[in-house]
Amino acid sequence: MVATIDKLGLATQQTIQTPLNVWRVREDFPILKQKVHGKPLVYLDNAATSQKPLAVLDAIERYYRMENSNVHRGVHYLSEQATKDYEEARVKAQRFINAASEREIIYVRGTTEAINLVAQSYGRAHVRAGDEIVISAMEHHSNIVPWQLLCEQTGAVLRVAPINDDGEFLLDEYEKLLGPRTRLVSVVHLSNALGTINPIRHIIELAHRRNIPVLVDGAQAAPHLKIDVQALDCDFYAFSGHKMFGPTGIGILYGKAELLDAMPPYQGGGDMISSVTFEKTTYNKLPHKFEAGTPDIAGAIGLGAAVDYLNEIGLDTIAAYEQELLSYATEAVSKIPGLRLIGTASEKASVLSFVLDGIHPHDIGTILDHDGIAIRTGHHCAQPVMQRFGVPATARASLAFYNTKEEIDTLVAGLHKVTEVLG
Amino acid sequence: MSDLNDLYREVILDHSKKPRNFRKLENANHQAVGHNPLCGDRVVVYLQVENDVIKDISFQGAGCAISTASASMMTESLKGKSAAEAEALFERFHDLVTGQPGTTSEAPSLGKLSIFAGVQKYPVRVKCATLSWHTLRAALENKEEAVSTE
Repeated sequence: MVATIDKLGLATQQTIQTPLNVWRVREDFPILKQKVHGKPLVYLDNAATSQKPLAVLDAIERYYRMENSNVHRGVHYLSEQATKDYEEARVKAQRFINAASEREIIYVRGTTEAINLVAQSYGRAHVRAGDEIVISAMEHHSNIVPWQLLCEQTGAVLRVAPINDDGEFLLDEYEKLLGPRTRLVSVVHLSNALGTINPIRHIIELAHRRNIPVLVDGAQAAPHLKIDVQALDCDFYAFSGHKMFGPTGIGILYGKAELLDAMPPYQGGGDMISSVTFEKTTYNKLPHKFEAGTPDIAGAIGLGAAVDYLNEIGLDTIAAYEQELLSYATEAVSKIPGLRLIGTASEKASVLSFVLDGIHPHDIGTILDHDGIAIRTGHHCAQPVMQRFGVPATARASLAFYNTKEEIDTLVAGLHKVTEVLG
Repeated sequence: MSDLNDLYREVILDHSKKPRNFRKLENANHQAVGHNPLCGDRVVVYLQVENDVIKDISFQGAGCAISTASASMMTESLKGKSAAEAEALFERFHDLVTGQPGTTSEAPSLGKLSIFAGVQKYPVRVKCATLSWHTLRAALENKEEAVSTE
């Protein structure tokens, strides 16, 4: 371990890394070996969802084969095993983001449900007519619409912090929006449409000076950046299993215990109660208060396996490798005539969003697919971002640590072919 | 490459780069807006209908090569047609691009539009090829709300 001083002047610990061996890690992902339209698959749609390593696939299969049963209520052997693995996965998730306690780790379906939970539970309890919620101009629909619903229900107002032409968060403009009526700030850590890494610590600090709590949408950050919720001092942090090499249908809402304790339940049902009579129901303690019904047990165990897998490689190693790959890709695609990158922040990760002169992203996607290259085209569930940059849609290549420079070369060759066919 | 060439035929590329009847129709008495939320495409179709006959037709909007070419070629094939004939043509066109049994690229009743047979192999592109047609139908019915392919 070496001590370094980061941009905020805070001492941090960094592990000295061994470089990532991409050809070895690719062996862990069976799906990457297949051919698509007769060509080797080049999977560059990781911001939509990531592929799953054998360790995750095996953990899920093992659960269903060996210990499938319901959690928290059985006295029998299988239920004990399932409960143990399910709760151990919670501790893994807790350590993954350095939360103070596993009581602060709520299993949800994904980032979207996590944000809706906060909007409906915390929001309905604390937000009144005329109050304000602050988000940014680069949010995914999942960090816009839940707040619009809350505003409709309460008469609160949604305020939007602007971004510049590079897709960077404007701290000064944001600070001006924080006022006596601001009840919550909710911002994305790493933008899915632009790749921008937001100055999240500053964003939180400015809100906290005014006692405003902050939710961080970490859906894209979790697979790329080391997260420490205590160092960030965020009040809520939301992320999804499937974007970090775990299964779909499972995600995590982190919340500070004192906030979660004071919040009303989100959904009612089994497991979230201590006792029920027709006159009075008392709720279970954290985290179970927010986990009504039989949960996605296999999903949670799969997420735990994904955390183990990521820890084994190391997020620092992953981030260093991906930065190098992103620089290589950025330089390579920038040489393509008529290509314009959307999202050129100085702090970026994983995402290359772009448009080609006179060619619709949809056509780019179809021609690349023909060569086995999977990218995403469209508005990336961030229509306001598209409007901000004056484009109906973009093409987006998003990287993971199992992508190679050779795959970037294939992408570049594919883009040249696009301009030949359609240019 | 062969499938790709089937999709991006010369004629389609020509219409996508130089769309015909690409303007606002000043004396339109029917018009509608179409929207494909999947890719953000928007199209406006303008019609001048007299005695149930499409006297003139035009469109505006931004879209992919397939949707622009489809709109352009649609406007060319509908001038002088009745509303019922336009509807019938849409049905045959829809059958063609979705690969319904009995439709082939040789479908003579579709004329030039049969060039869109290549779309059959690209199910996600069916919405691109049919957006302008759905919008046409809405215009004929004088629908005020934007139609959506979703």
